[in-house]
Amino acid sequence: MRTLSRGSLIGLTLAVTAAGPALAAGLPQLDPNTFSPQLVWLAIAFVALYLIMAKVALPKVGEVLDERQRRIEDSLERATELEAEARAVAEAYEASLAEARSRAQDAIKAVRDAAAGEAAQRQADLGEKLAADVQAAESRIAGQRDEAFAGLRDMAVEVAREAAAKLVGQEADAAAAGRAVDAVLEERG
Amino acid sequence: MANPLAQFEIKPIAEIQIGDFDASFTNSSAFMVLTVAAVTLFLVLSMRRRAIVPGRWQSMAELSYEFVANMVRDNVGNEGRRYFPFIFSLFMFILFGNLIGLIPYAFTFTSHIIVTFAMAIVVFLGVTVIGFLRHGVHFLGFFVPKGVHPVMWILLIPIEVLSYLSRPVSLSIRLFANMMAGHTMLKVFAGFIIPLGILGGWAPLAMAVALSGFEFLVAFLQAYVFTVLACLYLNDAVHLH
Repeated sequence: MRTLSRGSLIGLTLAVTAAGPALAAGLPQLDPNTFSPQLVWLAIAFVALYLIMAKVALPKVGEVLDERQRRIEDSLERATELEAEARAVAEAYEASLAEARSRAQDAIKAVRDAAAGEAAQRQADLGEKLAADVQAAESRIAGQRDEAFAGLRDMAVEVAREAAAKLVGQEADAAAAGRAVDAVLEERG
Repeated sequence: MANPLAQFEIKPIAEIQIGDFDASFTNSSAFMVLTVAAVTLFLVLSMRRRAIVPGRWQSMAELSYEFVANMVRDNVGNEGRRYFPFIFSLFMFILFGNLIGLIPYAFTFTSHIIVTFAMAIVVFLGVTVIGFLRHGVHFLGFFVPKGVHPVMWILLIPIEVLSYLSRPVSLSIRLFANMMAGHTMLKVFAGFIIPLGILGGWAPLAMAVALSGFEFLVAFLQAYVFTVLACLYLNDAVHLH
């Protein structure tokens, strides 16, 4: 700034030197007769400008700038609100998704448990039925065996008597043969 | 060759005499009124649409507003808000006065020391009054340098006071001298164009063109410097330091 004004002052000197004879008449700026009209009109013009600026022009500009600032802030605020809303919606979606998933899992578990219970029941029933069948078969076998054993004794007595008759040539007493067979059966279990 | 200082002559357009007091409407007055009208029209017309997304003219008006508003905020702080209309008027008055004065045959009222001095003295007195109103007698502490032994005050306080008193002088002479020097040089070089004829006239013509461009820079810069210094003085008065 200082160099600039110094440059201008050098220029001024140059110009004034070039002006030469004009300087003799004096600078118009230094004529005191011109001071009062300039000051009066400076005061009028500047006060008028100040009043127009302060009362009319600047408030208008300020209003527009404030309005723009407010719009920008409003928009930012709205954007923040919408973002929060979007986040809440996303959270609710996640929560409902998780709930649905757990509910589905519960349902699957219930179905699986029910199926397992039914299978176990059916298996138990089947086992019981099989056991009863086995028992029935066993008792039938035992009955038949007893029957067979009973027939066997009579047959053994008959065989014993026949054999005695053949061997000894004498008919054995049926009662004695029965006793002997019984004794042998007893002995053999 | 035309007298390069003739452009600074004050020529009455309408004689107005109040008693012994001369309040004539002169060429200087005409350009002051024109400047006020131009600034007013510029701001009012360009802000007429009050658009949220500004057009070219509205952008320029807003730019000038924010330029001065930032200048006041940066240099004076929030307390400077009250003085913003004054600072803005000052800046636009000097800037438009300088720029309109660059139009050929126009008159540049900022090239007169009495005008720049009047503006500087208004700033100086205003700032001093604000200083005393805000700080009372403490404002005198502004002239006492800090961290200096009291014995040195005898020497330093007069220097501080002198430098304070020289503010309006330097403020006014800077603007006046810059405008006058620039316009005189332009006139001198322009005056050489015709006498040097078709062969030699090109050199001063080129110089006049270059100087015209330079003068646009000076017109803006000097308006800025005047305003910024007014802000700095205001800051001293508002905050002391």
